[in-house]
Amino acid sequence: MSNHEEHIVPYESHLKILVILLLMTVITITVTVIDFSAWTIALALIIASIKVFFVLTYFMHLKYEILIFRALTLLIFLVFAVVIVITFLDYVYR
Amino acid sequence: MNSVEEHNSNVTARFGMWIFLFTEIFLFGGLFIVYAVMRSKHDAEFHAAAAHLNVVVGAFNTIILLISSSTVAMSITAVQKQDKKMATRLLLVTILCAFLFLINKYFEWSLKFHHGIYPGSDVMLELNRGYVLFFSLYYFMTGLHALHIIIGLTILIIVYLKINNGQVNHKNYVLLENGALYWHLVDLIWIFLFPLLYLIT
Repeated sequence: MSNHEEHIVPYESHLKILVILLLMTVITITVTVIDFSAWTIALALIIASIKVFFVLTYFMHLKYEILIFRALTLLIFLVFAVVIVITFLDYVYR
Repeated sequence: MNSVEEHNSNVTARFGMWIFLFTEIFLFGGLFIVYAVMRSKHDAEFHAAAAHLNVVVGAFNTIILLISSSTVAMSITAVQKQDKKMATRLLLVTILCAFLFLINKYFEWSLKFHHGIYPGSDVMLELNRGYVLFFSLYYFMTGLHALHIIIGLTILIIVYLKINNGQVNHKNYVLLENGALYWHLVDLIWIFLFPLLYLIT
């Protein structure tokens, strides 16, 4: 218990993350309103990924967990990316 | 249990929760892949169909979920600081946000139903294939997501009651941590659903 209790995350840092996430939501909407044609969805997804990174790291306390939690989370996202690539290879070269 | 064993069992409990969350990522991940493939085949229709969704409602729901995510994270801080009052208040904000989200979703869906856009409707049968695919995915993905909101809401209400009667406290709050993790996952999924469904017009 002691180990975990050392990491009491202050309220303010959660609020800061919330403000960052809200700003990024505004940016996402702005990007799609401006419309960079093909780049719009790419930008929106990049911003979404950054938001997800913030939620995982701070709200979900991955920053304070032991290494294996972070390693596995990274691995899962990599596996998912590989699945997407393989699926598209299948569709494109069918 | 001594404190070391207790610490280890909490880590194990959280680890189990994370493994469950990984399976959830793949559950939604599969749908995202279906979305990506269908979109690459029916690009124009997906863009046109997405124009039927209300960006304001979607953005509002995004903000609600982000706020609820931060308050549930802060309620862990409150429990650690042995501030029961603050913890229950923060959790109550999360629970209210969850209800607000569902109410929004209800109105959003009813409006679509009112326009005759729902799976199997006469209007949908007349539409071309890309539209049908988009709206089927829209209903399935937001429906599955809403189901997760209902489950998360139920878990958080249980945690709220347990904090109130002292079963979840600064010495033992792994249930709150795991409930919060589940709630954050619901938020994570929505972070991707929002741009993909509402913002591609």
